[in-house]
Amino acid sequence: MNDKGNFQLIIIFLSGLALLFIVAPLLGLMFSSSLPRLVETVGDKEVQNSILLTLSTAFFATIVFSIAGIPLAYLLARKEFPLKKIVSGIIDLPVVIPHTAAGIAILGVVSRDTLLGKTAGAFGLHLVGNPLGISIAMAFVSVPFLLNAARDGFAGVPVRLEKAALNLGASPLRVFFTISLPLAKRNVISGAIMMFARGMSEFGAVVIIAYHPMITPVLIYERFGAFGLKYAQPVAVVFVIVSLAFFVVLRMVAGKK
Amino acid sequence: MIQLLKLENISLDYETFSLKNISFGVKDGEYFVLLGRSGAGKSLILEIIAGLVKPDTGKVVLDGQDITENAIRKREVGIVFQDYAIFPHLSVKENICYPLKANKTPSHERERIVMDLVEKVGISELLNRDPATLSGGELQRTALARTLTINPKVLLLDEPLSSLDIELRLEMRNLLRKLNKEGLTIIHVTHDYEEAVALAHRVGIIHNGKIIQTGNPKEVFHKPKSRFVASLTGIRNFYNAKIISSKKALLENKVEIVIGSPVEYNETGYVSFRSEDVVISCDKIDSSLTNSFPGKVLSIIPFVGGMEVTVDAGILISSFITGQSVEKLHIREGKDVWVSFKAVAVKFIGR
Repeated sequence: MNDKGNFQLIIIFLSGLALLFIVAPLLGLMFSSSLPRLVETVGDKEVQNSILLTLSTAFFATIVFSIAGIPLAYLLARKEFPLKKIVSGIIDLPVVIPHTAAGIAILGVVSRDTLLGKTAGAFGLHLVGNPLGISIAMAFVSVPFLLNAARDGFAGVPVRLEKAALNLGASPLRVFFTISLPLAKRNVISGAIMMFARGMSEFGAVVIIAYHPMITPVLIYERFGAFGLKYAQPVAVVFVIVSLAFFVVLRMVAGKK
Repeated sequence: MIQLLKLENISLDYETFSLKNISFGVKDGEYFVLLGRSGAGKSLILEIIAGLVKPDTGKVVLDGQDITENAIRKREVGIVFQDYAIFPHLSVKENICYPLKANKTPSHERERIVMDLVEKVGISELLNRDPATLSGGELQRTALARTLTINPKVLLLDEPLSSLDIELRLEMRNLLRKLNKEGLTIIHVTHDYEEAVALAHRVGIIHNGKIIQTGNPKEVFHKPKSRFVASLTGIRNFYNAKIISSKKALLENKVEIVIGSPVEYNETGYVSFRSEDVVISCDKIDSSLTNSFPGKVLSIIPFVGGMEVTVDAGILISSFITGQSVEKLHIREGKDVWVSFKAVAVKFIGR
């Protein structure tokens, strides 16, 4: 066999290995629980509540942090300012630090004796052990996905179109909402979906802020610790299916727009 | 006519390029063409007028008001970009409506304005189309209609004809002429001298970031102030012309010549032919050169690669010939000679 043929064989073999590495544990997980066991898990109130909590906190985090994050992404795509490179680097920090460390860092800001904790407390809100705290932890580790995607989206909108809109009498705010944002929409939505998916699957940062109420990743961990693998597996399967279903549906909806 | 727009000593260092002390004025209702090679700074001047780029020094004055520091959207000048800048996510109608929605024009009024404009620029049938399906000419008309909705005091056009084919170019020229005749003041930048001749009341020549000559097309092309202006067109033989029969034109009401391609009777415009196409001889020559006139040598000026001989044959005709030919024919100032050129070398540019 010639060199080219050998090379292709090696490429195919290694690619197959990489794919298998991702697929095998997931397939193993899927077949680990019997159908009656899965049905029972789906009917389990604690599982249902944890999935609802996970979805709602991740959704809330995505929506709220998009409102502040999208303008920052626009700023990074359009404006030159001192220390811009450092700001861009800071955005990626939550992705590279260990998520338990991220949880500890957030706890340092939201716990009851901090300024934020006290202010929230004055309104009767306790961020630690609260869905709001869970959303904050999820947002912290997942917002880089939104920021980076939205920044690339805005960077891809020709400046000339924005200038043309200004020349046509539109205010900068109107230009942003009628030209820049619609043209960057695909990237922004795709970033938001990634942020939602990443937030939903977060464990490390959330477990430090709120063991209770339990989001599903924490519930899986708890069942594994308290009862063992057999009890954790069906919850994991149900959660993976729900996550995948959401991910696919959101992608399809975004793709149609 | 009153001076509507004035640029006073505009200078700008821009990336690898600079504009130096640009000053010119445009009168109300005037068609001003800024002519220069690519990279001469023409588009930048338009962007400065529109406020998209801030000059380092100098003033832009519109209708007596200094607008140099005004916000882009409050300038009352409309710009049509070379690449049209049509919003790709909006239909043709939504593009044209964009400024009207921005200034909160009531919807029935919007409808009327849009209908009037699309009819004027000839795109009524395209209203619901997606810009991605439009040709270059259609995109340009859409951009033009969209800019006209803001009722600009001055319309700025960046190379509006350069990417159109010949037929569309002629149509667009007519449309621009019509808009100008209706009173719209236009500043048009181009690298094509023919556009300047066909449309301009006045021309400004820009070179290396400086305006080096302004005047009406005839002054500028017939009496270029510098070698650059002359070389920009390569045309020294440039005359007012009137078509007197399908193949004949009367130049400057003095000299009748034969032209190559038939033009409609009574049309007026300019005639030009290149100095390289003009042959000088001591006697009348029997040849295929249809146009042949006796005249007197007025001047002989050396230039790179030869001599420019100007002959007074009722009109001044310039010819580029080699130094050897000047020697061989004993050409000197005051000598009687014949100048001849082919009918096909003659270009008629209608107005």
